[in-house]
Amino acid sequence: MHTPILEKLSILADSAKYDVSCSSSGGKRKNEGKGLGNAEGMGICHSYTEDGRCVSLLKILLTNFCIFDCAYCVSRKSNDVKRAAFTVQEVVDLTINFYRRNYIEGLFLSSGIFKNADYTMERLVRVAKKLRLEHKFNGYIHLKTIPGASEELVKEAGLYADRLSVNIELPTEESLKALAPEKNFKEVLTPMGHIKDQLVLVKEEKKLFKSTPSFAPAGQSTQLIVGATAESDRQILTLADGLYQNYQLKRVYYSGYVPVVTDSRLPLISTPPIIRENRLYQADWLVRLYGFGVNELLDEQNPQLDLQIDPKLAWALRNRHVFPLEINTADYEMILRVPGVGIKSAKKIVAARRFSHLTWEHLRQIGVVLKRAKYFITCGGRSLETREWDEQAIRRRIIFGEKGGRASLWGSQLDLFQQAS
Amino acid sequence: MHFYTYDGSFEGLLTVVFEAYERKEWPTQIGKEGEAPPGIFATHHFVPTQEDKAKRVWKGLGKKLSRAAWENVYKAYLWEQPGFEMLIFQFVRLVFSSPKEGIEENFAETYVQKMAVVGKQMHREKHRMEAFIRFQRTQDGLFVAPISPDFNVLPLVVEHFEKRYADQTWLIYDVRRQYGAYYDLEQVSIVSLEETPLDLRKGQLSPDILTSVEPMYQQLWQAYFDHVNIPERKNKKLHLRHMPKRYWKYLTEKKPRTQAHQPIQNKQVPTGRPRLTS
Repeated sequence: MHTPILEKLSILADSAKYDVSCSSSGGKRKNEGKGLGNAEGMGICHSYTEDGRCVSLLKILLTNFCIFDCAYCVSRKSNDVKRAAFTVQEVVDLTINFYRRNYIEGLFLSSGIFKNADYTMERLVRVAKKLRLEHKFNGYIHLKTIPGASEELVKEAGLYADRLSVNIELPTEESLKALAPEKNFKEVLTPMGHIKDQLVLVKEEKKLFKSTPSFAPAGQSTQLIVGATAESDRQILTLADGLYQNYQLKRVYYSGYVPVVTDSRLPLISTPPIIRENRLYQADWLVRLYGFGVNELLDEQNPQLDLQIDPKLAWALRNRHVFPLEINTADYEMILRVPGVGIKSAKKIVAARRFSHLTWEHLRQIGVVLKRAKYFITCGGRSLETREWDEQAIRRRIIFGEKGGRASLWGSQLDLFQQAS
Repeated sequence: MHFYTYDGSFEGLLTVVFEAYERKEWPTQIGKEGEAPPGIFATHHFVPTQEDKAKRVWKGLGKKLSRAAWENVYKAYLWEQPGFEMLIFQFVRLVFSSPKEGIEENFAETYVQKMAVVGKQMHREKHRMEAFIRFQRTQDGLFVAPISPDFNVLPLVVEHFEKRYADQTWLIYDVRRQYGAYYDLEQVSIVSLEETPLDLRKGQLSPDILTSVEPMYQQLWQAYFDHVNIPERKNKKLHLRHMPKRYWKYLTEKKPRTQAHQPIQNKQVPTGRPRLTS
């Protein structure tokens, strides 16, 4: 008797999964008056799929019917697939019942575009409104903003959603023209601008009137597809950096292109560019949280991130004149730049050295990855390495380990084989 | 050599600390009542719990520590791993002997570092329970979740679930430690079943006590879980690192399927070779 809903869920979850965002953090919705749910503090990953990705939200499309024909999308108009559509009530019931069993943190609702942008957006808003007002639901709600939706609807969406997002998908206007002819940059950036303006406005008003209703308290985010078009990492990260600064985005998500449709405009690849995607995320973190500039990580001569080593190590190897740093005296900002030292370790180092002089053993206990860090720091003026290694040697030793030359040669040969095949 | 024993309660352990200070006889080992002494030469002191003494130690600690480090002493008690009593004692002694405030940030001190490691383990286990607890709804509307965490984190997660599920009754039951937290829409109380039923231990409540739609929602959740997976990105190692096998028994989505959920055939995946057109 429930086959229809099971089938709908199967189809509409299957086609929503290529949107990688699953964050449920940053909400500030408290449960007041014994309602259902609470989205204060940090996000929770309730499960992990076999591909190792976090499952935090019920991520579904309202429908996969779509009037657009974007080349990279599984739900494109010309793709011959099973189509389905939820009713508003069905989405509400699923969300509530999953939430009550502690399966999820909330709902991430997106949709194919049926009829037109406003018609679709209006339905997404209706789901959120119903959850909040009729069911006193305080869990997390992330709504996708449909490109071209009216400002009023976006404003209303922000009243009920914790996060709003508009996907840019392709990093340049040319790529967008080629692969998603019905979309353009302006239509994507306009709602993003509206959301930003509203976020700023509400923040200002809240200072004056505490009762000002919240607007998307967890901010806005977007997604870029990586590897479907020819853009360099430098172009992608420069765009992301611009979005963080000009549109105050909370997150930019990078989605390694998974081939889902055959199209002569798309590259033929057998596996998604997972390593490249990972390097982009690492670089994104360095820019947002470690104080790096995009131009420090990439420039005209080096437009692509190194796939073999992480961007922080790559930067450190290119800037050896900065090192070694003396861990007992160096500034926090510089300690953050040492490979093998994360934010937590850097904070612990700065806190602990007020009490005593730090030794290598202390650093190890604090959680510094000495295998990486030792080439870039001294402890009490002393290095852990007795000889000087050049850039290539450090690189080799970190990737392949420190055992003799034979083992490392072996490693690099294997690596070549992998690249060739 | 001094061997102190107590009744196993947190207050009891704090009373031991008080007694040791009063007698100036530092323990070489602390154990629960009935535990065998470490050697025949050890002097054995059994310390009955005294609430006022425990309170004085606890308040004294509160004055010298940040709130997080203070709470962490209690977490170390719930950690329950061999030697936790002595770790707490050594840490407390360090705190009371240090003239400066903020000793909990001196990570160059062994016991500070060890306490930080314990705190991290407890935090992770607590967070895992907040994520991995799965409720099943019974006919009388009670949401039931069996758990068996590595450490005794149930007291730490109660507040989270109380805030989240304020409008439903629930029971979270630790089948390993044989006690649970029951919320009746008003408050949470600690409950203990005389005998833990087998189906609770196994993680699947029997269908005749479940509400009629429960199997359907469990199946829907399994279907959802299967369909959000992207087979092209398969990464079993990462999957296992995030969700170690010992937690699977209570995870609805990792239980055997009544029906297999194959990916929807909605792709026209390029084969990697140019296709011939006829």
